Amino acid sequence: MDNATLIAIASIFTAGLTIALGSIGPALGEGRAVATALSSLAQQPDAAATITRTLFVGLAMIESIAIYCFVVSMILIFANPFWTHFVAEAAGK
Amino acid sequence: MRLSPDEMIFLRDGLFKLNATIVYTWGLMLALTVGSTLVTRNLSLGPTRSRWQNLLEIIVTGIVKQIEDVGLRDPKKYLGFLGTLFLFVASANLCAIIPGYEPPTGSLSTTAALALCVLVAVPLFGIEEQGLGEYLKTYTEPTIIMLPFNIISELSRTLALAVRLFGNMMSGTMILAILLTITPFIFPIMMSALGLLTGMVQAYIFTILAAVYIAAVTRGRDPRGEADTKIDV
Repeated sequence: MDNATLIAIASIFTAGLTIALGSIGPALGEGRAVATALSSLAQQPDAAATITRTLFVGLAMIESIAIYCFVVSMILIFANPFWTHFVAEAAGK
Repeated sequence: MRLSPDEMIFLRDGLFKLNATIVYTWGLMLALTVGSTLVTRNLSLGPTRSRWQNLLEIIVTGIVKQIEDVGLRDPKKYLGFLGTLFLFVASANLCAIIPGYEPPTGSLSTTAALALCVLVAVPLFGIEEQGLGEYLKTYTEPTIIMLPFNIISELSRTLALAVRLFGNMMSGTMILAILLTITPFIFPIMMSALGLLTGMVQAYIFTILAAVYIAAVTRGRDPRGEADTKIDV
């Protein structure tokens, strides 16, 4: 197994692992946030505007954690610096 | 597969590259400027208004109301900055229904520029409101030990703003591209509708977060501001 194969295996495997593990936490968090927001809405329908706004901002902030993982996995697959370096080296030889 | 519209290059002359991000950003700026100039050329105060004036009034009063809800006492003062952010990001994301267009917010350069604007604007508004000394003092609260952490949080939230918008828009176009190769019928339409919704929500979030940051530095230790916070919470 040469270096290129190793880099490719590590990148693809890590990309999958990143997005898999990285979406578990935000999914649980978003579920909790929405559940709590729904029960608060049921208790206090008057505060709907405030609750909805805070919920949206909060959801976007939680979701951004999953988005960071997505960005990292996309970088690993499409813009991997190690891979680019290796390809450049191989081309230079 | 292209990761961002930066890689779609229309024109190249030595070091100078005219990529899709620049073209679409300038196009949007032109459309927004010319559009609002045309609409505001003859405004009426009377009961009869043109439909375009109504549209702009709805947007502007909506933004003012949202800024006010966040806790900024003088929303008109911040309308220029926050409103521009919202209008630019929202129109950049919404124009994604035009075929051939790629949202410039799907490029990290654009979102980083927008986030840097927030990074610079927040201290400026804070200094203007509280004075330099008072503003710098907020970094050492609650104790002086928190100084490095406050500075780190300032930088990391800028990074978060940029990567959040970029990641959301990039993932939208990416998922669409992947779906088009797997199920090129009906399903991509649903995902692009979802992408439009995400785009609007992200524009809203970007503006609201900028407003929250500004509110945090302009509120200071004003007793009335503290009372506002308690009601909000």
